[in-house]
Amino acid sequence: MAFFQMKKMILAWTFRTPVTTKYPFEPRKICPGSRGRLDIKISDCIFCTLCAKRCPTQALNVDRTNKKWHIDRLRCISCNCCVEVCPKKCLHLTGDHGIPTVTKDWETF
Amino acid sequence: MGTRTIIPFGPQHPVLPEPIHIDLVVEDEKVVEAVPSIGFIHRGLERLVEKKDYIEYVYVAERICGICSFIHGQTYCQGVEEIMKIEVPTRAKYLRTIWGELSRIHSHLLWLGLMADAFGFESLFMHSWRVREQVLDLIEATTGGRVIFGSCKVGGTRRDIPAEQMSWLLAQLETVEKEMQLIVDVFMNDNSVKHRLCGVGVISKEDAISLGAVGPTLRGSGVADDMRLLKYAAFGNLDFQPISKTDGDSYSRCAVRCAELFQSVDLIRQAAAKMPEGEIAVKVTGNPDGEFFSRVEQPRGEVVYYIKGNGTKNLTRFRARTPTFANVPPLVKMLAGCELADVPVLVLTIDPCISCTER
Repeated sequence: MAFFQMKKMILAWTFRTPVTTKYPFEPRKICPGSRGRLDIKISDCIFCTLCAKRCPTQALNVDRTNKKWHIDRLRCISCNCCVEVCPKKCLHLTGDHGIPTVTKDWETF
Repeated sequence: MGTRTIIPFGPQHPVLPEPIHIDLVVEDEKVVEAVPSIGFIHRGLERLVEKKDYIEYVYVAERICGICSFIHGQTYCQGVEEIMKIEVPTRAKYLRTIWGELSRIHSHLLWLGLMADAFGFESLFMHSWRVREQVLDLIEATTGGRVIFGSCKVGGTRRDIPAEQMSWLLAQLETVEKEMQLIVDVFMNDNSVKHRLCGVGVISKEDAISLGAVGPTLRGSGVADDMRLLKYAAFGNLDFQPISKTDGDSYSRCAVRCAELFQSVDLIRQAAAKMPEGEIAVKVTGNPDGEFFSRVEQPRGEVVYYIKGNGTKNLTRFRARTPTFANVPPLVKMLAGCELADVPVLVLTIDPCISCTER
């Protein structure tokens, strides 16, 4: 029978700083390679609509006639599918997840 | 004989992360019968195969469960690949093995934390989850996602782990292993933990087999059965023997999971050492035509996928039998005759994942 098995661990952690951070006052450390918010370099886009066709959640809408690229941020699941199919490589996922939103608006580029 | 009373347990209960309802028929403080009912979070994911094409459905399959997400995706992909006779590159198989085992480590650490929380050991719960966070960081760095990995696709994987990242991952795993050892020592030796787990919810080997228990619930009753013995992904090339304990009580099931943490670390090391260079995915053309039962070992046990295609881009039938569904009958057996205060601990020992079960 062993009692107080955790005493060593508890004593050690009494003198350490917490592993948790003061989010949102302290921003989260972004891990390189993390799939976050979708970003587009609109000057390189040729409006081929491939990204919109392959998007599994229909979060993208490409207007070929008016040369506009729309995204519904709340639908996007950051799956990287559009980034993989883009022939001009103008799409990429940033590490951060963007700010919270209260309205379901389409963002236009 | 005392008066029989029915006490409802769930769907909302402090130990339950997800909703399951159990009617407990109690006599004084003893449970004489337990009647489970599910159906609170049915999402109709199986029917979605009619709307999503078979390649897009990987994203849905991964979202069946929030904890074993990668293995759900892997099971689906393996099933479709088997129907379409796609030969997956060996490197992709090893990568799937590594990510699958990482997800097993994080799932078992999550369970250990929840278990500690269920019997009121708050500091142990926090330390388990602190270590789990380190594993999630490894997963995020290699796949890009913390919970939904999104790295498995039909025909291979979508990401590679380069050599330098692999050596970083192995170094990090060494630290994680040391930290896990400290936590596991408490779970295995501390008197207060043993007091809550030893001899509670005993299920015999015969009962475990006849009631169709899977995963650690089955192995905790002395049956060394594990789907990884089917040698899917890279398990055929790795040295693997399932862990089993003979007592059949809650402590055995906990011990199986604790031992599997270190076994998974060992499997990742073996896979990293044997992983060949080469392609990580092959191009997929055509549509699945045929049917297949895909069986894979999840952290909670064996998952069975039935996939049927008719040559179109949409599958005609998809069915998932998840480990929790198989472990409900053994749970009912365990609950009959237990003390009312042990019910939360017993419900947790099967590692219930209700979202999986109801799909």
